[in-house]
Amino acid sequence: MAGKSGRSIAITKPRSWKQTLFTWESILVIIFILVNIMNACISPKYLSVPGLFNATSSFLEKAFIVLPMACILIMGDIDISVGSTVALSAVFMAMSYNAGVPMGVAILICLLTGTVCGFINGMILARFTELPPMIVTLATQIIYRGIAEICLGDQASGGLTKVAWFSNLYWGSLGPVPYMFIVFVILAVLMGLLIHKTTFGRYLYAIGNNRVTAQYSGIAVQRIRCIVFTMTGTFCAITAIFLAARMGSTRSNIAVGYEMEAISMVVLGGISTAGGKGRFPGAIIAIFIIGFLRYGLGLINVSSQVMLVIIGGLLVLAVMLPKLNFKELLKNKKYI
Amino acid sequence: MNKKFDIKKLTGSREMSLVVVLVILCAFIQFRNPGFLSAKVIIDMLKNYAVTMILALGMMGVLLLGGIDISIGSTLALSGMCMALLMRDGIVTNTFLAMVIPVIVGLVCGLVVGAIIAYGKVLPIIATLGFMNIYRGITYLAAKSQWVAAYQITTEMKQFAQSSSLTFGLLNNLITIMLVCYILFYVMMRFTRIGRKVYAVGSNPEAAEVSGIKINRIKLMVYAVMGALCGLAGALWVSLYASSQGDMAKGLEMDVIAACVIGGVSLSGGRGSVIGVFLGSLTIAIIGKALPLIGISQFWQNGIKGVIILVAVVLNVLTQRVMDRNNLKGREM
Repeated sequence: MAGKSGRSIAITKPRSWKQTLFTWESILVIIFILVNIMNACISPKYLSVPGLFNATSSFLEKAFIVLPMACILIMGDIDISVGSTVALSAVFMAMSYNAGVPMGVAILICLLTGTVCGFINGMILARFTELPPMIVTLATQIIYRGIAEICLGDQASGGLTKVAWFSNLYWGSLGPVPYMFIVFVILAVLMGLLIHKTTFGRYLYAIGNNRVTAQYSGIAVQRIRCIVFTMTGTFCAITAIFLAARMGSTRSNIAVGYEMEAISMVVLGGISTAGGKGRFPGAIIAIFIIGFLRYGLGLINVSSQVMLVIIGGLLVLAVMLPKLNFKELLKNKKYI
Repeated sequence: MNKKFDIKKLTGSREMSLVVVLVILCAFIQFRNPGFLSAKVIIDMLKNYAVTMILALGMMGVLLLGGIDISIGSTLALSGMCMALLMRDGIVTNTFLAMVIPVIVGLVCGLVVGAIIAYGKVLPIIATLGFMNIYRGITYLAAKSQWVAAYQITTEMKQFAQSSSLTFGLLNNLITIMLVCYILFYVMMRFTRIGRKVYAVGSNPEAAEVSGIKINRIKLMVYAVMGALCGLAGALWVSLYASSQGDMAKGLEMDVIAACVIGGVSLSGGRGSVIGVFLGSLTIAIIGKALPLIGISQFWQNGIKGVIILVAVVLNVLTQRVMDRNNLKGREM
């Protein structure tokens, strides 16, 4: 960043070790280690290479949605139509396969469906900027799920297991590493680079911090929003592929509630829904915290209801605790 | 008919345009199925959607503050389940008590959410997302994942939703309660200080704080009212469906938000009226009730509902734009 005068301005302030220790990401890493210690105590077989990869396979297909969701929340938007987009793409893929289309083309159709769904979201939001994303994606959530229901009714569209390589996408592995894990790591690294190392990423933060200022500084705010929402659709389709590969068939009611899980993971990762705050690695660690926590609690037969309470509580506490300034609260009685 | 007249009428008031849409919708359905506009069908429809309509009121308050509450389905389930469990175990048999207990449970739930949002400074969507999970989990835990079936609920309670004892035979109880809620809210939002404060905080929190309104208290109150209404709705739900399950009212929050938005409540706060909410929730009720009546398969319902919501909000934006332009024109002259 050396200018003409020869001075250089650092983009970020140098951090002391204390600041590094108390960042949200390091707290998350500590929680992550604690969760793993707990899991290892629960099951002695857990801490082995196949055991760990087995654990990741149990939640990783949802995690693909978290990557673009981080972008959306950084921009200060929200997308609650992702679960329905997953369902619709999966339904279209299975239906086209059963109609005699080769599997490869069916996958392309799936990706295309997701992308179009995302593009429609982005297009409406960019056209009608007054509309809050919450309500638009609420409507498209119902519409996409509705189209899936119109297509399939309450039937299932199965037979996907007949294509061995398709099932292998989820079940197969390269050595001990599942294919899905490899794909996830590649995409996560790419997304991390996109958010933190490119101009595009800086634009996202600028939009999230102050949309009007970003607009006046010459950022094509609406175009970027449209791109990000379209990208979200594509990632939903990727989730749909892995989900279908896992189950071997699809119904119209798959992936219900994925949007809330994805948003919880991103928020736990320290990215605020108000926009402009948080870092991408946090979201990645949060994926693994929630995933491993579920896996571990599942091992000791904790019912899914208790898990709901634990994860909900974790979410609220995680967001509230850093904001509570106890000293100020005690000093400043007007807040109480 | 010339076009200028048309636009002026459309932009005259949002409620008016909604009424027009409703009339067209009803006329279309009536044309397809002459049995639609009869007293029995309408009362049936209102009875089934009274819960949604009551919740839409509370949601309006929350949205007016610029917040959102997606935990209402879970709060409803928790309070309804508490009451049903007490009834199953024979602790509560009095119907009046059975109505009050869930309201109290809901009020407490709402207070917790409100306190977290107002004093913990957590964004409403995140806080209620968390509590959606927490309350739902507690509901399952309290019931030990069991149902409370029809035979375990007192006959008097089951009769409550079907009879019209409150108005001595004039109007169904659920509809009466719903109407009373609407009248109360209408008076409160329009003529009392508290109602005006809610609008003030919603349109400009900083200005409201400077003028001496205690924002946090208003926030707490609005979420508490939302919770209490959820509790009431929970009691009515159990009475109406004569059973209580852990997953009851799942996804209801989206219907309620949609009703508010169709009724012209802005998600960014400060804009919306009780009459609009009434019309909005009526629209949702008509869509839900009438689509099966005109022979549309249940699988098409979601798609059509979504399209109607989308069209309604987009139309809202378009009319708002025309309105703003007209206002500007007025200023130029």
